[in-house]
Amino acid sequence: MTLLTWKSCIGGAAMLLAASGGLLAEPALVYSVGGKFDGSFNEAAYRGAERYASETGDSYRDFEIARDAESLQALRNFARRGADPIVAIGFNQASAVSGAAADFPNANFAIVDMVVDAPNVRSVVFREHEGAYIAGLLAAMASKTGTIGFVGGMDIPIIRRFLCGYREGAASVSADVRVIFNMAGDTPAAFADPARGAELARSQIARGADVIIQAAGGTGIGVLQAVADAGKLGIGTDSNQNGLHPGRVLTSIRKRIDTAVFNNFMDVRDGRWTPGVQELGLKEGGMDWVLDADNRALVTPAMEAAARDAQAGIADGRISVHDTMRDGECPL
Amino acid sequence: MFDTLILILDSTVRLSTPLLLAALAGLYSERSGVFDIGLEGKMLGAAFAAGAAAAVTGSAWIGLGAGIAVSIALALVHGFACITNRGNQIVSGVAINFLAIGLTALLGQDWFRQGGRTPPVTGDARFETLVLPFADALREVPVIGGIYSELLSGHNILVYIAFLAVPFTWWVLFRTRFGLRLRAVGENPAAVDTAGISVTWLRYRAVICTGILCGIAGAYLSVAQSAGFIKDMTAGKGFIALAALIFAKWKPVPVMFACLLFGFLDAVAIRLQGQQVPGIGEVPVQAIQALPYILTVVLLAGFIGRAVPPKAGGTAYVKERS
Repeated sequence: MTLLTWKSCIGGAAMLLAASGGLLAEPALVYSVGGKFDGSFNEAAYRGAERYASETGDSYRDFEIARDAESLQALRNFARRGADPIVAIGFNQASAVSGAAADFPNANFAIVDMVVDAPNVRSVVFREHEGAYIAGLLAAMASKTGTIGFVGGMDIPIIRRFLCGYREGAASVSADVRVIFNMAGDTPAAFADPARGAELARSQIARGADVIIQAAGGTGIGVLQAVADAGKLGIGTDSNQNGLHPGRVLTSIRKRIDTAVFNNFMDVRDGRWTPGVQELGLKEGGMDWVLDADNRALVTPAMEAAARDAQAGIADGRISVHDTMRDGECPL
Repeated sequence: MFDTLILILDSTVRLSTPLLLAALAGLYSERSGVFDIGLEGKMLGAAFAAGAAAAVTGSAWIGLGAGIAVSIALALVHGFACITNRGNQIVSGVAINFLAIGLTALLGQDWFRQGGRTPPVTGDARFETLVLPFADALREVPVIGGIYSELLSGHNILVYIAFLAVPFTWWVLFRTRFGLRLRAVGENPAAVDTAGISVTWLRYRAVICTGILCGIAGAYLSVAQSAGFIKDMTAGKGFIALAALIFAKWKPVPVMFACLLFGFLDAVAIRLQGQQVPGIGEVPVQAIQALPYILTVVLLAGFIGRAVPPKAGGTAYVKERS
């Protein structure tokens, strides 16, 4: 065999590979540590991907990492196989995404809940404070004592921003509503200490709070438990927690990770995908509040109307919720 | 003011309970000459086992049993490594902590698919609060009513077990033959051996006691204080218990007071957060949360004095040098 035929053979094979790679450009999803069925973050991402699969009939690939260190490997593997886009869930994958994005400049990456500044990365972040505003409004309307509570996890800017939105929402109902707030700690362990969450909630109840929101991850499970034990009302966050204590959870403020994943997949499919920062709030359906069979009886028509009105107001810009991470100190 | 104090003390009792159980657990082991920094791991393992068993069977008592069984198993691993094989006690303790962190998350995820959590437990699967007789009738009586119906009544059974374990431990250690031998084996194992008593068997029994108490502590976390296991839910309580044990110089009654002190500081920290303190204004969260640690350092440095561990602690007993 001559050199020439060899060359053409290899060339042909390479062409074939490239073509097949193009044809098989499936979207890919890399979950955050905790696994696909964590009942929260990752599971929401999974639902978004499943929705894509059922609506379009296309398949997708996903990967569960056991440690943050595996993230880069997983992203690079998907990039090498030509997956498009490659969506990473969670802020702790940020450095892996920026590494992989630099190595594969032609691949499209997306990260949810964090900003990575690179020409081929779309960063999806949420305006959580808008959801918190609705929570504050509903809590203030549901409260009989005029005192509502907030239990945060680790004392970090994103939780402070959530708190500010909650206070603004409560203040929109009446200036007399008192908001008691506590943070569970200032280390990441503050997101995994339900006993402390329960104690904080009990202490707030003793000071008169009768509706308490949790923004504290695993610690929040303890908050909702203590609130339910005391016969008061809690508010869940991130995923739908109404079913944890039916009739004792006023509502849940959901972060629509599923929508973020679904949109990323669909945009690539429709050729609309662009890099850059994408902020999702109430308007874009990135945040919402849950009304289902478990809390139907708790939300009066007046409360529902007020929440829907505020939601529309935030969406069309009539109401602007203070963003402490951009606009500085909470005005309240 | 009085009501606030009662509420803080009430919360102190709840927060001290897991510390007290874990510290008493450590007391048995360390008094017999086996250092145990694996209290945290045993508690975590027990919390997971209790949460999982209670969620599956719907019985808190079966959960408690499972927690104790897992904790004893881990204690025996520690015993096998340090007593039988004369391994380093610190290394073995660290290994147990790591094992528990990894294994609980892995098994939890594999069995329940909820990110390492166990399903929430309710009703019989959880230890409910007990109301002592006449608690409601006495509620309106000034001072005594508050103390009795708020502070003493209305806890779950494991809280009462924890506080009863204090006099019981004192009695076992200082009034029984087993206790005398256990203390002796921690101070001078050679003397015990000469008397014809098996050092190995005594130390094994001591670590089994540790396992039982750590098991109750773990079960308290997942099926009494909270309702379900959450990844890493011990959050360092095993180490605080260890600090309390050293703080109290390895004596049961002082251990109780040390644990109550830590619990009290924690309760005050929770209570004071975001409150206006007269003359100071609002105290920052960080300052309040650092308070227990600062006080520990001050108390240890200034008031408690030297804490001398059992003499034979940390070293494996070698019968004969060959």
